[in-house]
Amino acid sequence: MSDPTINDASAVQDGPHWLAARRQAARERFAELGFPTRKNENWHYTSVNPIVEAGYTQLTTPSGNVTSAALAPFLFDQPDWPLVVFLNGRYSAELSTPADQLPEGVRVATLGALLSEGQEAPEEVRELVREHLLAIADTQENAFTALNAALAADGVVVAIGSEMVVDTPIHLIFVTDPAADSRAMHTRNLVVAGRHSRASILESYVGLGGAAYFMNAVTEVVVDAGATLNHVKVQRESDRAFHIGTADASQGRDSHYQHFSFATGAALSRTNVHTLLGGEGCGATLNGLYMLDGEQHCDHQTRIEHKEPNCFSREVYKGLLAGRSHGVFNGKVYVHPEAQKTDGKQENNVILLSETAQIDSKPELEIYADDVKCTHGATVGQLDETALFYMKSRGVDATTARQLLTYAFAADVIETIEQEAVRDGLESLTLERFTGIEVGAR
Amino acid sequence: MLEIKGLKANVEDKEILRGIDLTVKAGEVHAVMGPNGSGKSTLAQVLAGHPAYEVTGGSVTYDGRDLMEMEPEERAQAGIFLAFQYPVEIPGVSNAYFLRAAYNEVRKANGQEEVDPLEFLEVVEAKSKLVQMDPEMLNRSVNVGFSGGEKKRNEILQMAVLEPKLAVLDETDSGLDIDALRIVADGVNALRAPDRSTIVVTHYQRLLNYIVPDYVHVLAHGRIIKSGGKELALELEARGYDWLLAEATA
Repeated sequence: MSDPTINDASAVQDGPHWLAARRQAARERFAELGFPTRKNENWHYTSVNPIVEAGYTQLTTPSGNVTSAALAPFLFDQPDWPLVVFLNGRYSAELSTPADQLPEGVRVATLGALLSEGQEAPEEVRELVREHLLAIADTQENAFTALNAALAADGVVVAIGSEMVVDTPIHLIFVTDPAADSRAMHTRNLVVAGRHSRASILESYVGLGGAAYFMNAVTEVVVDAGATLNHVKVQRESDRAFHIGTADASQGRDSHYQHFSFATGAALSRTNVHTLLGGEGCGATLNGLYMLDGEQHCDHQTRIEHKEPNCFSREVYKGLLAGRSHGVFNGKVYVHPEAQKTDGKQENNVILLSETAQIDSKPELEIYADDVKCTHGATVGQLDETALFYMKSRGVDATTARQLLTYAFAADVIETIEQEAVRDGLESLTLERFTGIEVGAR
Repeated sequence: MLEIKGLKANVEDKEILRGIDLTVKAGEVHAVMGPNGSGKSTLAQVLAGHPAYEVTGGSVTYDGRDLMEMEPEERAQAGIFLAFQYPVEIPGVSNAYFLRAAYNEVRKANGQEEVDPLEFLEVVEAKSKLVQMDPEMLNRSVNVGFSGGEKKRNEILQMAVLEPKLAVLDETDSGLDIDALRIVADGVNALRAPDRSTIVVTHYQRLLNYIVPDYVHVLAHGRIIKSGGKELALELEARGYDWLLAEATA
C-alpha cells in the first residue's frame, strides 16, 4: 500500500548527523516493516486499517489557536505545575512555562529546535540527548515507533538532574484543535531521571473541538540508578481521533518506574508501555484504567522485561467497557535466564457494562529463569449482582448502585496514583464518564 | 404491619416456601426458627426482594401495600431492613459513603431533607457507640477485611442509622461469640419501639435469651409447623427439632 504519511517529511530537517543517521535507519526499517496487519501477533486484536486508509498527511508547521483558558480544565486544578505544551504537534512557548520558571534541577529542550537549527542540543542536556534520543524505543519490531523516529517534527526533552527531588509534577500537554483535522502528528519525547533523582511526569493528550487526526507519540524514558520516576499518561483525545502512544523505559540499578495509563478518548487507540529492568534491585509498577463507550477501540500492550536478578514488577489494568466498545489488553512479563528471584504480579480485570462490549485479554508470562515468583491473571465480569442487591436493600436506587459499583471498581486502581490532584481529577472524570450511561442495563 | 398469606417461592425452579402464613403487628418481635434447609433464610430474602427468588403464590402486604410489587430499594425506603446472614463486601465504596447514600435515599423517600457529610457524621457517630464500633471502620470499604463479628455489627449499625419499621435479622447470631452476640442484641434491643417490628430468623435459641420474642414460629419444609410463645424456643433448645417434625408428619 502506498504510504502518504511517510512522503511528507520534506518539511522537517533531520538535525545533527547522529540524529539524521538514526532517522534514516528508522525510515529504512519502516519501509521494510510497513504498517502492521492483524497477522502480526502484537496486532492480532487491533486493525490499523482505519489509520492507513485515512492517509492523513503530517502536520509539521505550527498551527491552531488554543488559549490558556481553554487548557484550564485539563490542569487538574493545578495551574502552578510547570507546563510544557505542544499544540497540534508543535511546541507552544506561549502556553508553556518559561524555562527560567521551571523547578530547580529540571531542564527542558525541544526536538523541534534540535531539528530545525541543525545544531546540537543545549549543553546541559547534550550528552543525554545524544545517548538516548531515538535510541531506547524499539524500532525493529514496532512500525509506528519506526515511523515516529523517521518523521517526528517536535517533542520535549525533560532532564531531571542527579540527586534532585522535584516535588511538583511536570505536566506535558499535547493538545490538538480543529486546525489539525485530517492530519497526522508524530511526537517524540525523552524523559531522563538522573541518578537518585525523584520526579513526576504527567503526560496529557487532549483533543479540543472534535477533530479527526492521528497522534503518534513516543516517549523514551531513562530511569537512572536509584531514581524514582512517576509517569502518568492521560489520554483524552477527541472521539474521532486515532492515537498511538508508546512509553519505552530503560531502568538502571535500584530504580523504580511507575507508569499509569488512563485512557478514555479516541476512536481507535493503542498504548504501548515497555520497560526494561536493566539493573539489580529495581522495580516497575505499571497500572492502568481504560473506560470506553460507543464504538471506541482501545488496546494496551505492555511488556515488562526482567533482565537482572532481584527485581519486582507489579501490574494492574482495569477496563470498563460500555456500548459496543472493544478493549484489548496484552501484557507480557518476560524473564531472562539471569533474572533470578524475579517477583512479578500481573492482572487485568474488566467489567463489561453492556452485552455488546467486547474484551480480548491476554496476560502472558515468558520465563527463562528457574527461581522466580510470577503470577498473572485476568477476570472479565459484570457488576456484582449480590453487591447490587445489598445496596438496593439499603434503599439505594438501582442506577446509583450501578454507578457506585462501577466507580468503586475503577477507583481501586486510580488510588495507586501518587498525586492527589491527579487522583481526584481522574476519579471525578470516571464518575462523570459513567453518569447518565445506562450502566449495565441487562 | 406485615401480613403474609400462603406465600410460595422457588429458587432455580425448586420450591422452597410452600405456603407461609404469618402476621406481624407493630411493636412485635417474632422469631422464626427451624432446621437447616427449612426455608428460614429464603423467607428473609423474599421479604427484602432478592432477585434470585421467584414468588409463585400467595401475598405479602406491608403497611397496606403489596410488597411483592415493590423493588428492593422501595421496600428499604418504606422501612424494611434485612440484616444479611452473609453481609456483602463492596471494595472501593467506603462504609461512611454507603451509609450516607442509604440514609439520604430513605430520608428523600420520606420527604425529608438530605444531610451533608458533616451532619451525617454526627448521626453515625452516635449510632456507632451503640454497637461499639470503632469510627475508623467508617472509612474502610464496606465489609472489606471485616471479621465475622464486625460484619454483623456493621449490619446492626446500618439498621440503627436507617431506623426501619420492620427489621428482619437473618441468622445474625451465626458465627458470633458471646460478647459479639451481646453487642448485637443490645443494638437490636435499643431500637425496639412500639411502632417497630422485628423478625428474628435463627437456628439457635441462644439469641432469644437476649432478644426476647413475643412469638416463636417453627419452619420446616417451607411451612410453619408450629407457633407459640417464647417458651417454645426453650422447648426446642431442650428437645431439638425432631419431635416437632415427627408430629408434623404424623
